[in-house]
Amino acid sequence: MDTNDSLRVASLWYSMHAISQQLSPTNGCSGIELLEVDTFDLHCFQSLTGTKFFVVCETGTQHMEALLKVIYELYMDYVLKNPFYEMEMPIRCELFDINLTTAIQKDRVALLGR
Amino acid sequence: MIGTGKIKQYANVLDKPLGKGKQEVSLSAFAFLFSELVQYNQTQVDNISELETRLEDAGYAVGARVLELLCHRDKGNRRETRLLGILSFVHSTVWKVLFGKVADSLEKGTEHEDEYMISEKELLVNRFISIPKDMGTFHCGAFVAGIVKGVLENAGFPAVVTAHFVPVEGQQRPRTTILIKFAEEVLRREARLG
Repeated sequence: MDTNDSLRVASLWYSMHAISQQLSPTNGCSGIELLEVDTFDLHCFQSLTGTKFFVVCETGTQHMEALLKVIYELYMDYVLKNPFYEMEMPIRCELFDINLTTAIQKDRVALLGR
Repeated sequence: MIGTGKIKQYANVLDKPLGKGKQEVSLSAFAFLFSELVQYNQTQVDNISELETRLEDAGYAVGARVLELLCHRDKGNRRETRLLGILSFVHSTVWKVLFGKVADSLEKGTEHEDEYMISEKELLVNRFISIPKDMGTFHCGAFVAGIVKGVLENAGFPAVVTAHFVPVEGQQRPRTTILIKFAEEVLRREARLG
């Protein structure tokens, strides 16, 4: 998936998230947290500032919430403290990518044992 | 009142003993502040070398003050006159106070007599910073190089100090080296002192 596709998906998701907040029959809804489809699951985490992190995974994967929180911490550390990152731009920080892959590998080993 | 200790009141604030101060500062707070420092300077300059110079100047001011403070607080107002003395002071005491640990290594340059290097696996100031590819050889460690320069110059050892990335095989991230090149007069004085 290249940058343009990512941007498309992100903007689509942002709109859906906002619409779902309005459509919800219960009061105080904060948007979509989990989207379950035949072929995949989509977990979403919203921070206090409204920044949304979502991860697309195989159906039935456990502990995605914890992974999203870890990713949020990595974002805070390696993206927000980087003076060369402009807000709202695609993230091109080397340290963020390295730590992200490490976190996902660790997760994968823990979950699948490989 | 029971249990009230007697706190000595000082008439003149200059007579108060110099406290150790807060030993720990939030790393995140410092990282945000440093990031803002870099961003602010980026808006004021046109090219990378000017940005490095500005960071170095900012560090120079810190270095001058750190030298005064540490000489008074930790070394009992003794002045270093030998080259190795001042280098080990920078390498251990200054690093310990600023970054919480001594620097990884202090080496003498092999090619030139007047070059010394302080190496660190990763500078504290650089921990969260990823330099974009198009900035080439820019190093935010210029701030730390400025601190070292401030300490050395105000101690009477004028030098040119720069920060470099040195790639290491087996490690993804290059290690950082602060290169110190002393001025002529320092070496002559050192030779005279024997």
